[in-house]
Amino acid sequence: MNRRELLKLAGAAAALSTAGCAMTGGSRGRVVVVGGGFGGATVAKYIRMWDPAIEVTLVERNAEFISCPTSNLVIGGHWTMDHITRPYSGLARHGVKVVRDEVTGIDAAKRTVTLASGSRLPYDRLVVSPGVDFMFAELPNYQNAMRANKVLHAWKAGEQTVQLRRQLEAMRDGGVYVLSVPLAPYRCPPGPYERACQVASYFKKAKPRSKILIVDANPDVTSKGPLFKRAWSELYPGMIEFRGNARAVDVDDRTMTVKLEVEDVKGDVLNVVPPHRAGDIAVKAGVVTHNNRWCAVDWRTMESTAVPNVHVLGDATLSAPMMPKSGHMANNHGKVCAAAIVALLNGRAPDPNPVMTNTCYSFVSDSEVIHVASVHQWSDTDKAVVPVKGSGGVSAARSHQEAVYAWSWAQNIWADMLT
Amino acid sequence: MRNLLVLATLAALPLGAAAQDTAVARSLAATCANCHGTNGNSATKEVPSLAGMPRDHIEGQLRAFRAGTKPATVMHQLSKGYTDQQIAAIAAYFSAQKRATP
Repeated sequence: MNRRELLKLAGAAAALSTAGCAMTGGSRGRVVVVGGGFGGATVAKYIRMWDPAIEVTLVERNAEFISCPTSNLVIGGHWTMDHITRPYSGLARHGVKVVRDEVTGIDAAKRTVTLASGSRLPYDRLVVSPGVDFMFAELPNYQNAMRANKVLHAWKAGEQTVQLRRQLEAMRDGGVYVLSVPLAPYRCPPGPYERACQVASYFKKAKPRSKILIVDANPDVTSKGPLFKRAWSELYPGMIEFRGNARAVDVDDRTMTVKLEVEDVKGDVLNVVPPHRAGDIAVKAGVVTHNNRWCAVDWRTMESTAVPNVHVLGDATLSAPMMPKSGHMANNHGKVCAAAIVALLNGRAPDPNPVMTNTCYSFVSDSEVIHVASVHQWSDTDKAVVPVKGSGGVSAARSHQEAVYAWSWAQNIWADMLT
Repeated sequence: MRNLLVLATLAALPLGAAAQDTAVARSLAATCANCHGTNGNSATKEVPSLAGMPRDHIEGQLRAFRAGTKPATVMHQLSKGYTDQQIAAIAAYFSAQKRATP
């Protein structure tokens, strides 16, 4: 960090500390968080934990948290929705006010958030953690087909996770499950290949004549490639076919066809994941900066580069170099953001050298797991957090030991954000 | 006026240096919480709690992971992402945390 940037950060701190003087009620400041996923729930809890004088309101439309990580185990039939569902009630212990509502408007000039219920929340700092929404228009017939329950993404854990499991259970032995993967960047890079493993583990047991066809818009498996390919050939020989450079452009629900740029493929169960963009809340907040898709942030504070006093977390961000869109990463965004907001509202400069980690486990069967891990530190040259040279890596081989760690990871990260 | 504010804040920074160090240490330790639990209190038996462990022990383990002398599935890769100073700060932070009673 050079002197000019330090001055800028210090200036922001000074401006806030004077703003703090004008505040009433003994509060150090008001923070509104929109979206209670891995990023939003974490930032809400950690701000309260690190400075109980800051008021934090979390706005979330769902009654309970449902985890995307490990949701493929539900699709594989090894876990149920109960395993991946957690209440928001634990956040009250930290003094986070959880409001179940939908955001209808954000006024960045007046610093207020309007809710569907009609109430208006004023803020000193707003954090949006909106996740992703889908670019359905890229596949013109997709939404019709989805409404007819003929194509699913199941890329947000919830109702579609259950529906996809039901479709796989109803499929005939000898049927074809088609999984279409969008061009990177998308949420959870190894997610599609883990899903193929999970569906294969179910087919192997219940429908051994069935096939899995992965049509991937990317040239090759985007994450843990050699480990996944080894699992496919050793655990599910002849069951999984992978086709790269196979971008889906539409779906036909009458003929159960996925239309690719170069050919058409037919299946009995169509699991087509459309390309993503930052969630709708990011659009409402005016923080989308790149290609009408992603939100650029200052990685030292997670503050939007477009709108002051608004921070953006998680999959919605314009990813830093080699940074995956993952729940673990979003949790770390939440902690860097919490530290920065606590510093700023206390008149201190934010930590100029934030550190973030990622550990992502994938279940290649019901009991064997592989991982990819990385550590990201601030770089003055890149003006971003970037992987530390020589750190990180993938599993030496799939193992039962890592399945235990993966299960434990899920319990700990859910507790870290929600209890 | 803005310049004055900036100068005033910069002048005040050394006074807040201790608070700054504490904040940096707890942020570093927070990068371990995803697997080892908030403030080092793990929610499972399978992954150890770090809260209240002796400082030298935590530091020694992290250095051994980093040097490759202690076998690991992932810790040898993660520990290489931190400097000596950061490892020392993480060890000091966790050793000072209260172990939650299960």
